[in-house]
Amino acid sequence: MTEKLKLASHVEAINWNRIQDDKDVEVWNRLVNNFWLPEKIPLSNDVQSWNTLTEAEKLLTMRVFTGLTLLDTLQGTVGAVSLIPDALTPHEEAVYTNIAFMESVHAKSYSSIFSTLCSTKEIDDAFRWSTENENLQKKAQIIESYYYGEDALKRKIASTLLESFLFYSGFYLPMYWSSRAKLTNTADLIRLIIRDEAVHGYYIGYKFQKGLEGLSEERKQELKDYTFELMFELYENEVQYTHDLYDGVGLAEDVKKFLHYNANKALMNLGYEAMFPASVTDVNPAILSALSPNADENHDFFSGSGSSYVIGKAVNTEDEDWDF
Amino acid sequence: MPASSLATPPMHDHAVPAEVLTNSKLIYFSSASGYTHRFVEKLDLGCARIPLLNHEPHLVAAEPYVLLLPTYGGEKGERSIPPQVVKFLNDERNRNLLRGVIGAGNTNFGTTYCLAAIKIAAKCNVPLLYKFELMGTPEDVTRVREGLEVFWTRKSQYLK
Repeated sequence: MTEKLKLASHVEAINWNRIQDDKDVEVWNRLVNNFWLPEKIPLSNDVQSWNTLTEAEKLLTMRVFTGLTLLDTLQGTVGAVSLIPDALTPHEEAVYTNIAFMESVHAKSYSSIFSTLCSTKEIDDAFRWSTENENLQKKAQIIESYYYGEDALKRKIASTLLESFLFYSGFYLPMYWSSRAKLTNTADLIRLIIRDEAVHGYYIGYKFQKGLEGLSEERKQELKDYTFELMFELYENEVQYTHDLYDGVGLAEDVKKFLHYNANKALMNLGYEAMFPASVTDVNPAILSALSPNADENHDFFSGSGSSYVIGKAVNTEDEDWDF
Repeated sequence: MPASSLATPPMHDHAVPAEVLTNSKLIYFSSASGYTHRFVEKLDLGCARIPLLNHEPHLVAAEPYVLLLPTYGGEKGERSIPPQVVKFLNDERNRNLLRGVIGAGNTNFGTTYCLAAIKIAAKCNVPLLYKFELMGTPEDVTRVREGLEVFWTRKSQYLK
């Protein structure tokens, strides 16, 4: 890409003692507290488990991770940085630099997984596959084209859909392995990435909605239509990509439910209503509970008699400044 | 930013009452991003919002109610309950009338998904009624609306 990304046109010394939007401080603190490095995770404990996978499963896993590496690289070097010139506050700019750096940490952590589990030749082959897979390249190009575009709010839409939707065809697999007690340390690392992406998607989606304030109804409608069009375009490509990856192991249909579920969450991050009905978002409970142990349906008091309610597990309730 | 908005509000501003009573059977907290607020709007039930800012009057429940709140907080779930909600529950009057909790959150946060609601339910010994993500799907809205209706009907029959 020869076009240069726009830089912030004017910079003033940032004063963290004068805050225009409390959300900037809240998210900055959250991101800093969430900071982690791949070295923290004992990935080498997964070597034995890796060796129990079939060759096809290993190949799939490596391809999934190179795909995720590409998205994190794109978001780190272009995506988050492209949001800086249109930030509403100097603190928002600072948050984007944090997001950009963490995306680079994510991208690097896949390499940590690779170097722990695979040979150099296998790694090179998987990276070659990622540059040759049409659907993977297409999704990166679609997003990239908006990052270089003129419309600041559309950049935020593209960025939120990347953070909150496009990663999930890949994230599915480590959650699947984890639900079968395989590659559990790798899954722990991926969970940290998943958590970070949620904060990123939430924040960029929030700033998008701030940007909508005061716009004409016409322009709001244009951006809403645009969001759903882009979602459909990405979704169609994502379905193809999912088949490319998962048909061989027979998981494509299960992955698609996970895509629908996350597409709804991506739209909600932008303030829009969920698009996929519950009938196609019924994610495999094993995947959901690999994602969050609190996500099981047993906690739905309304749907049961109510008498079977039990508190799942002991929770520490003593650090909340209670007065009682 | 105009200089006036930085001024500290006077300690004893008689124009603002110290507290406000509510008869709402649903009391909720939502941060400035407003996702939980939007869910509550879709429910279309009478409800009261726990004040976001310190200088707003303290909210006091006058009737039994269900509390709906999202989860924030760090890696280990510390400070997952918004301080405004801690302040609200530290008032014994509010604690005594709490009958159930509904949590909003995001499963991406793993073990801290809806943790604030889980913690409050455990601490106050009331049921955790339901959990949903972000601003809730249309199905979540229906289930909570219908669920609350059945919940209150049952409560009133039980009391008779």
